[in-house]
Amino acid sequence: MKRRDFIQGSVAGSALLTVGGLSLSSFDTLETKCITVLHTNDVHSHIDPFPADHPRNANMGGVARRATLIESIRKENPNVLLLDAGDIFQGTPYFNYYGGELEFKLMSMLNYDLATMGNHDFDNGLEGFAAQLPHAEFDFVSANYDFKNTMLDRIVKPYKTFKKAGIKIGVFGLGVELEGLVDKKNYKETIYNDPVETAQEMTRILKTQEKCDLIICLSHIGYSYKNEPNKISDLNLAAKTKDIDLIIGGHTHTFLDKPTIVKNLDGIDTLVNQVGCYGINLGRIDFYFDKDKNKSNHGRTIVV
Amino acid sequence: MVNLKNYNVILKHFVVILTMLFAFGCSNQKEYVSKIEGKQIAVTNLNGENTEIEAFVRPYRENIDKDMNEILAYAPETLEKSKGKWQTSIGSLQADITLASADKIFNLREKKSVDICLLNHGGIRSIIPQGNVTTRTAFELMPFENNLVVVALKGEQILEMADYIIKERKPHPLSGIQIILNKDEKSYKSISIQGKPLDLNKTYYGATNDYLYNGGDSMYFFKKGTAVYDLDYKLRNVWIDYFKEVDTIPVPQIQRIIVE
Repeated sequence: MKRRDFIQGSVAGSALLTVGGLSLSSFDTLETKCITVLHTNDVHSHIDPFPADHPRNANMGGVARRATLIESIRKENPNVLLLDAGDIFQGTPYFNYYGGELEFKLMSMLNYDLATMGNHDFDNGLEGFAAQLPHAEFDFVSANYDFKNTMLDRIVKPYKTFKKAGIKIGVFGLGVELEGLVDKKNYKETIYNDPVETAQEMTRILKTQEKCDLIICLSHIGYSYKNEPNKISDLNLAAKTKDIDLIIGGHTHTFLDKPTIVKNLDGIDTLVNQVGCYGINLGRIDFYFDKDKNKSNHGRTIVV
Repeated sequence: MVNLKNYNVILKHFVVILTMLFAFGCSNQKEYVSKIEGKQIAVTNLNGENTEIEAFVRPYRENIDKDMNEILAYAPETLEKSKGKWQTSIGSLQADITLASADKIFNLREKKSVDICLLNHGGIRSIIPQGNVTTRTAFELMPFENNLVVVALKGEQILEMADYIIKERKPHPLSGIQIILNKDEKSYKSISIQGKPLDLNKTYYGATNDYLYNGGDSMYFFKKGTAVYDLDYKLRNVWIDYFKEVDTIPVPQIQRIIVE
C-alpha cells in the first residue's frame, strides 16, 4: 500500500498544480469540467457473477464485468473517482479462504481511489483487516471511528483530498455504531463518534481549510431505518448538515430507483445514493463545474 | 517528481507565496457545481468480461472449488427453514448437532454436560437440498465466523428465554428443552430440560454462539449468565464435522415446542 505522507503529499501536489497553472496561465478554460464519481457498496466478497439459476440475481454482478464497465467510462471521461462505501468483506468462501486478500487485490487492479470501513470489514478483527492492507493500493477513510488506541491509528485517516482536472475533491468516511453489531473483540478500543458532529467538523475542514470544490461523504451508516426513523442515517445526515455535495451510502443494502435529493440545513439540494449490494450495480454521479458563482450556486441542476 | 523532491525546500517557500497568490489573485476563480447527473448502471453479462481480471481470479476460484465441491454426506430430503411454525427441520437439526458438539468439548474441558442449545432462525442462511451435501453447503448455511460458546444460566434466564421465544413467535433452533404452550400460544404451561421439569435453583449450561451471547437478535438473557466459555469452534465447522461424520442426514422428529 502506498502510504504517502499525508502533509508532504498534499504540499507537493498543490505546488505542482499551482506552478502548472501559472506557467500555462490558464485559470480560465472554456470547456465545462466534469468529475465522474463511480461507486459500489456492500460487495461482500462477491467476486464471481451470480449463477444462471439464481432465483433473484441470475447472471448479475462479477468483478471482471465491473472492470469492463469502469474501463469504458474512464475512456469517456478520465476524471473518474472510484469509491467503495464498505462491507467489502464477508459473504462468499473467497473471504473465508483468503481473508480479503483477493477483494483488495482486485479493487487495486480496478484502480479504486478510496473506501470506508463497514461493520463486516471488522469480521476478522482489526488484525485481520490490517493484515490485508498491504494488498490494497488505495486508502481507507473514517472520520467518526477514532482508532487512536488501536493498530489502525494513523493508517485509517478521517479524510482524503484529490485533484482532478483542477477540481479539489474532499472525501471523508463515516461508520456505523459498532456496539451490538460487531463483537467487541473484533473492534477492540475503536471509539464510535457521533456522525452528525463529525460531519460538521469534516465539512468545516474540507471547505475552509482544504478549500475543496466538492465534498463527498462515504458512509456506512445506512440509508434510512423504517422502524427507527430518528436513528442516524444518510437521509437524516443530509438534512442535518451542510456543504456535503454527495453522500454515498451502504450497510442497508438499499436498492434505489434513482439517487435521492435531500434539502440540507442551508436549503441546498444534496444527493444521497446507494446501489444495493453484491456488486450488482455501479453508481455513477457526474458533477459539472462552472466558475460563475451567480449562475450555479443557487441554481444547480440535478438530473436523476 | 524526482526533480520536485530535490527542490523540496525551495518549493515549500514557493508554496507559501503561491498559495497566497492563489488565494488573493484567483479568489474569483473558485469552481462551482452547476449540474449533477446521477444514475445506476447494472453489471450484467452484456458488459463483457475483463480477461485479465478473470485470469487473475481463476486459480483462487479453482482452489476453493476443489474443497467446496467435496461430497461429505447425502440428504434424502430437503431440509429448510421456511416450513414450520415453532420448529423447522433444519433448525432442529442444527440445534441437535450443536448441542452434541458443545457437550463433547465441554465434558473434556470442564467435566460438565451441556443441557440445552438455542440459536437464531435468522442465522440459517440457506437450505440443505436433497442430494449430495458438500462443503459448500456448510459455507452457504453458515458464512459467518461465529464461535460456539457455552453459558451458565440460572433457571430465571431459562424463563426469560421461554418468554422471548413466545414473544418472537419464530422457530429458533432449539434442543434439549421442551416447552408446552397453552392453547392461546401466548404463555407456557410447562418447561422441561433434558426430560426433567425446570428447576429454578439449578444452573443449566446452554450452547449458543458468540453473536447471540453478546445480545444479537436481542437475546439479552444470555449476557445475564454467570459464566461463559468460548469453545473456539466455529459454527460452520460444527456443520462440516457433522457432515463428515454421518452418511445420511436424518430429519429430526422430536417436537421442542408443543401447543397443548
